[in-house]
Amino acid sequence: MELQPNSTTFEISGASLRVGDKLNKSLRVRHKSMQLEENTSLESNHRLIYVNDPRKTNDKYEFSGNEIRTSKYTFINFLPKNLFIQFHRVAYLYFLAIAALNQLPPLAVFGRTVSLFPLLFVLCVTAIKDGYEDWRRHRSDRNENNRESLVLHAGNFERKEWKKMRAGEVVKIYANETLPCDMVLLGTSDINGIAYIQTMNLDGESNLKTRYARQETTSMLLEGEKIQTGLIRCEQPNRNIYEFTANMEYNEQRFPLNQSNIILRGCQLKNTEWAVGVVVYAGQETKAMMNSAMSPSKRSRLESYMNRETLWLSTFLLTMCLVVALGMGLWLQRNKEQLDELPYYRNRYFEKGISIGRLYKYYGIPMETFFSFLSSIIVFQIMIPISLYITMELVRLGQSYFMIGDKYMYDSSSGSRFQCRSLNINEDLGQIRYVFSDKTGTLTENKMEFRRASLYGKNYCRSFPQDDGLRRVDSSASKPISLSQRRWKLKSEVPVDSELLTLLHEDIVGDERIAAHEFFLTLAACNTVIPILSRTSSSDCLSDQLLEVEAIDYQGESPDEQALVTAASAYGYTLFERTSGHIAIDVNGERLRLDVLGLHEFDSVRKRMSVVIRFPNGSVKVLVKGADSSMLCILRMRNEKDEHVNQATKGHLTEYSSVGLRTLVIASRDLTDAELEKWQIMYEDASTSLTDRSSKLRQTAALIECDLHLLGATGVEDKLQEGVPETIESLRQAGMKVWVLTGDKQETAISIGLSCKLLTPDMQQIIINGTSEVECRKLLLDAKLKYEAEFNDGNHWKVELRKTAESEFLGLPNSDNSPNLPMWNSEEEGPGSTSFALIIDGNSLVYILEKDLESKLYDLATSCKVVLCCRVAPLQKAGIVDLVKSRTDDMTLAIGDGANDVSMIQMADVGIGICGQEGRQAVMASDFAMGQFRFLKRLLLVHGHWNYQRIGYLVLYNFYRNAVFVLMLFWYVLTTAFSTTSALTDWSSVLYSVIYTSVPTVMVGILDKDLSHKTLLRNPKLYGAGHRQESYNMYLFWITMLDTLWQSLVLFYVPLLIYKDTTIDIWSIGSLWTIAVVILVNMHLAMDIQRWLLLTHFAVWGSIVITYACVVALDTIPRLPNYWTIFHLAQSPTYWITILLIIVLALLPRFIFKVVQQMFWPSDIQIAREAEILRKQPNSLWSKTIQGSG
Amino acid sequence: MDIDGDATVEVTPEVRPTRPRRYDKFMYDFTQQSLPSCKPVLTPVWVISTFLLMGIICIPIGFVSLSASQSVVEIVDRYDIGCIPETFRGNKVDYIKDGSISKNCSRSIEVPKQMKAPIHIYYQLDNYYQNHRRYVKSRSDKQLLYGSKHTDTACQPEEYSNGFPVVPCGLIAWSLFNDTYRFSRRAEELKVNRKNIAWKSDRDHKFGKEVFPFNFQNGTLIGGGNLDPNIPLSDQEDLIVWMRTAALSSFRKLYGRIEEDLEAGDIIEVHLSNNYNTYSFGGKKTLVLSTSSWIGGKNDFLGMAYICIGSSSIVMSLIFLLIHLRTPRPYLDTSYLSWNW
Repeated sequence: MELQPNSTTFEISGASLRVGDKLNKSLRVRHKSMQLEENTSLESNHRLIYVNDPRKTNDKYEFSGNEIRTSKYTFINFLPKNLFIQFHRVAYLYFLAIAALNQLPPLAVFGRTVSLFPLLFVLCVTAIKDGYEDWRRHRSDRNENNRESLVLHAGNFERKEWKKMRAGEVVKIYANETLPCDMVLLGTSDINGIAYIQTMNLDGESNLKTRYARQETTSMLLEGEKIQTGLIRCEQPNRNIYEFTANMEYNEQRFPLNQSNIILRGCQLKNTEWAVGVVVYAGQETKAMMNSAMSPSKRSRLESYMNRETLWLSTFLLTMCLVVALGMGLWLQRNKEQLDELPYYRNRYFEKGISIGRLYKYYGIPMETFFSFLSSIIVFQIMIPISLYITMELVRLGQSYFMIGDKYMYDSSSGSRFQCRSLNINEDLGQIRYVFSDKTGTLTENKMEFRRASLYGKNYCRSFPQDDGLRRVDSSASKPISLSQRRWKLKSEVPVDSELLTLLHEDIVGDERIAAHEFFLTLAACNTVIPILSRTSSSDCLSDQLLEVEAIDYQGESPDEQALVTAASAYGYTLFERTSGHIAIDVNGERLRLDVLGLHEFDSVRKRMSVVIRFPNGSVKVLVKGADSSMLCILRMRNEKDEHVNQATKGHLTEYSSVGLRTLVIASRDLTDAELEKWQIMYEDASTSLTDRSSKLRQTAALIECDLHLLGATGVEDKLQEGVPETIESLRQAGMKVWVLTGDKQETAISIGLSCKLLTPDMQQIIINGTSEVECRKLLLDAKLKYEAEFNDGNHWKVELRKTAESEFLGLPNSDNSPNLPMWNSEEEGPGSTSFALIIDGNSLVYILEKDLESKLYDLATSCKVVLCCRVAPLQKAGIVDLVKSRTDDMTLAIGDGANDVSMIQMADVGIGICGQEGRQAVMASDFAMGQFRFLKRLLLVHGHWNYQRIGYLVLYNFYRNAVFVLMLFWYVLTTAFSTTSALTDWSSVLYSVIYTSVPTVMVGILDKDLSHKTLLRNPKLYGAGHRQESYNMYLFWITMLDTLWQSLVLFYVPLLIYKDTTIDIWSIGSLWTIAVVILVNMHLAMDIQRWLLLTHFAVWGSIVITYACVVALDTIPRLPNYWTIFHLAQSPTYWITILLIIVLALLPRFIFKVVQQMFWPSDIQIAREAEILRKQPNSLWSKTIQGSG
Repeated sequence: MDIDGDATVEVTPEVRPTRPRRYDKFMYDFTQQSLPSCKPVLTPVWVISTFLLMGIICIPIGFVSLSASQSVVEIVDRYDIGCIPETFRGNKVDYIKDGSISKNCSRSIEVPKQMKAPIHIYYQLDNYYQNHRRYVKSRSDKQLLYGSKHTDTACQPEEYSNGFPVVPCGLIAWSLFNDTYRFSRRAEELKVNRKNIAWKSDRDHKFGKEVFPFNFQNGTLIGGGNLDPNIPLSDQEDLIVWMRTAALSSFRKLYGRIEEDLEAGDIIEVHLSNNYNTYSFGGKKTLVLSTSSWIGGKNDFLGMAYICIGSSSIVMSLIFLLIHLRTPRPYLDTSYLSWNW
């Protein structure tokens, strides 16, 4: 089972860590972002690294060595530390306090060892588990620390163990080796200082990333010069794996270092023969290690309700203890005179000659009363079901095992199984009301395909699949072109538009042709994609010459970019080389080398990317691509032609997005020498600055990203994932509201919404896309009016509905099985026939989420059937989730695949990550992860339902199981002059919840299921049981408690009445009670089991047998007062028929209640269950009734 | 998503040839939660027959136990007040504490029905909390088995007396019941067998054969009966019986057995010595003569309870039958659902 991936090896633990803190940060960003940024990049707070001078670097011993320790404990501190950590749980402290109380002589209810047993048992089990995990961590640490790499020592590279490396040392890494520490690249085998790394272990992305060594250091290395001492000034170690700010002084030059110059521990060097770098962060200070914090744990809704009921149980416990204490006080008061001599109390020694001796074990009535209170707490301690916490953990573990193993949630295309990353919230899956979904990569596949191009106002949309025949005709017509096309073999086929292709083969004359040229140049150049070449020879059977074919695999961080570059290549503009300084493009067979002067990467504020390139002829151009919203306002509008092109392009953009394509606008601009110079100075300055680099770069970018010449636009298709519409439909039928939050633009979002059946044409769309607070307010108000007009008669009704829903949550008694109340399912098909869809964009959300408009938005959004948020930033996604979460008690679920969904995933009650194309950050932050969106249906409707129903029953049963036992003890204490005598042997009381009754609970919690997955999937409405909290609510709790009271009374009084006025001794009746209570609770469980497996039979009947075995074993120890009791008892038939009487009488009311309920008020689940079982087997005589005992 | 067709799904791709097929099938079914199972449904037929069955089982049990209980003849005679001379009635405690007064007392009881041997002689104490925690804990099982070296503080306040350990120690032993009974019928002494009144297991394994009473009842305050220091604990059956502390505050303990049949109308003379002090705390003392049956002593509750449950089960089954016939809830009727199937 891969439940806890963090515990196996470093790689995995390194992976699980991840962005945790960054995310935390980003959640808090709203309030704190400014301070944080300042703190991290204070100039005065940097660290100095002297290249190749570790001694000087480390002379203050302030940097950690490279030895890592992911293990928590050492051999020596294991015991204290582990205990310390374990006692952070309140439950254990309770245990400890009880055990400690029991050690006080006046309170010693149980024997000393016995009272410690439960605590020791739990502590040992946990300690063994922790110890084992830690041992594995130690082992992997040791392996990790003892690995070797080449380190420069006195001019030569020598092997050195990782753990001995220090900051400042120069390390050489060969291809496919793993990096030992965070290093600044000095040089690589590549002339241009490029190194490719795979960051799989760090962020799970399998594609290669480029890192560059600065030209200044590369040259020196390649020329074989001795490495000189340089000085790197970098920020203090931090967790952000996506940022690095530093500068370097080398050969009296000072230049900036950034993210692209550093290679991080845990990454692997690929496609590069060797790389040399200087260690800047080592060991625990590496970014990989800094990220090794787990994401904050969530607690399930049911568990918090459970805690509320635990409070009730504590109240019962205290009441019982008070009763005992008061009773004791009164009894003592009444018998005050005789206490000295009372044969069964005698509290005095009587020495010869002295009439009144000293007291013993007697501290006066008030103290005795108080002690009686404390000792009754000890006796009744298991009223608070401590074992429940352990049982729940085990059960959840088992449930996770089944969720992971579910073959229907196995994604065969990526080979990824379902993952349970959080073990605390399995049952929440059965109560989800709001589903927040990302679009890209979640609803869609995120496998981009270039579909349309709008070029200089002209739309090219007839795309044909790359047909060999067509190509061949083409190639035979113009041979040089065909050769050039043959030279590059793409990994994926791209459909091309023949008309556009023809255009591209014309000479470069005329506006349109030039625009086309620049358009594709931009596609090929303006990106961060890395071409990976692999040479393969293949013979072409038509022309009998052997052609050298180079296969290109484009590796990039953004699938959009990959799609665009691939498309450019298909049209003859093949990017085949990229270094930090230049790129090389094969333009229809002609090689074009372009110098890259600067690159402004895509950021979410500008929403565009630009690259400044110098052509071989010396001219300099800015090539820009970006989102239309951010591009259209910075376009050149000089003449009518521009105007015309702009208009046409806009039209195309709308058209593209209406068919669900992702659009980008492509533009370019010539730079004059003056502009270039000005930009270069600013760029240099901005990119070397240590503070506020990103905003400085943004300003620099603004300098050249203006007055752009529009070239065209692209439409990239993002395919819907398999089964998405069906899944959404099912979720909706199940009573869940699906909200889609996407970064795409409004039109795209709507079109995707339509294609995945989220929106239907008959829905009335309310669109809110204001650009100011006032506008938003007005739009909201309008929408509200519109909505109210439509629903004016339904509104009142709706308010009532909400009230009902609330009262349910407050735990007020409600008839949870009333089938005729249409309170929840009609909410969707409200009286008004039209349903509303709210579409809101990120801009409006900026105004709405910050202001008091929030609640208005909430009201509106919750009354709409569909909510679609487009153009939302990651934090806004979290904001929307928070909007719902903070205002209702309904459970929220967020599902997403990208880093931008992380905040949302962590904010929601349940976060689900899709293992998709966009890396694994989302998965790492999630509670559950899966391969496909459509698995959500199965996860919620089937596993969610099962988990919820199982855990709900488990909790109630555990409450019952412990309470019935404690109440039985309580009734007995009342007959012993309130003296907290326990008739049961110490060991039996202790073993009761640990051994006698624990296994069946766990088994049922894991294995029981009410309905088959087929029924659940076919009838999504059955999911409503979770919404109505049918398996666990206050009403059920109180019913259970009443039942408990009855059962405990039967348990106590039946033997009492039968054995009164007999010679029965305390141990015999205790033994009878032990057996009776164990059989009773197991029969009670058996009555509620819905699916009898062989395993369940073993567990239930087995634990009765085991109890007998334990009792027999305990009764064969002569030193115990209960010696041989059971054998005497078992000889008398009275004993057996007493037990039978107890069981029958105790369970009778419950059985009748159950029968009546099922007969007159059947729940949905009940009916579905009957339908499922009886339909299949009309003569269901084989099926056993629940009550077997008769 | 096609879930219905089981055939469409390939079974675990890597089937290792070494493992038996059945194991794989089992693991597969197990992980997919589709193991063969039995799913009970409470259909009316089952409900009615369950109740019927319960009735059919319970009523006979009830009658059998009731008749067994009825067959037991029990004579109960409370003597704690009657055995105090009139002059001491106002001051019972002084009477019982005064060692100089003879405690002998004579009572006559009539046998109402024939009693078959063995007739058990019990003494019953009421309002005597032998189940009080202080009392129950005040013993040393080690000492009882191994002797005075194992005296421990559990026995407080009766562990040492005059500087020597007390064997058997503890409050329980100290408060040993010491009334004695002799019976005669028509001036002829009835033989009372006082052997085998304690559990054999206790005699053999809990009370040492080498352990003799020592320094017992030597303190200022005498709690109850004394023991013959020459008889090992394992043979002190009265003590062994007494040490099995009773579960409830009113309890019986076996005194002995009369191994002769008693005829109806027989007058039994009981000669008892009323030594034990229950007067200081208002405890009652009762002498009980009882025959026994397989069910034990006289106890109608068991039989009554079974008869009640049995008959109400039958009634329930009839009610449900009626309901089912009159207004059946059609099973599989989806109209009861909160939505349309």
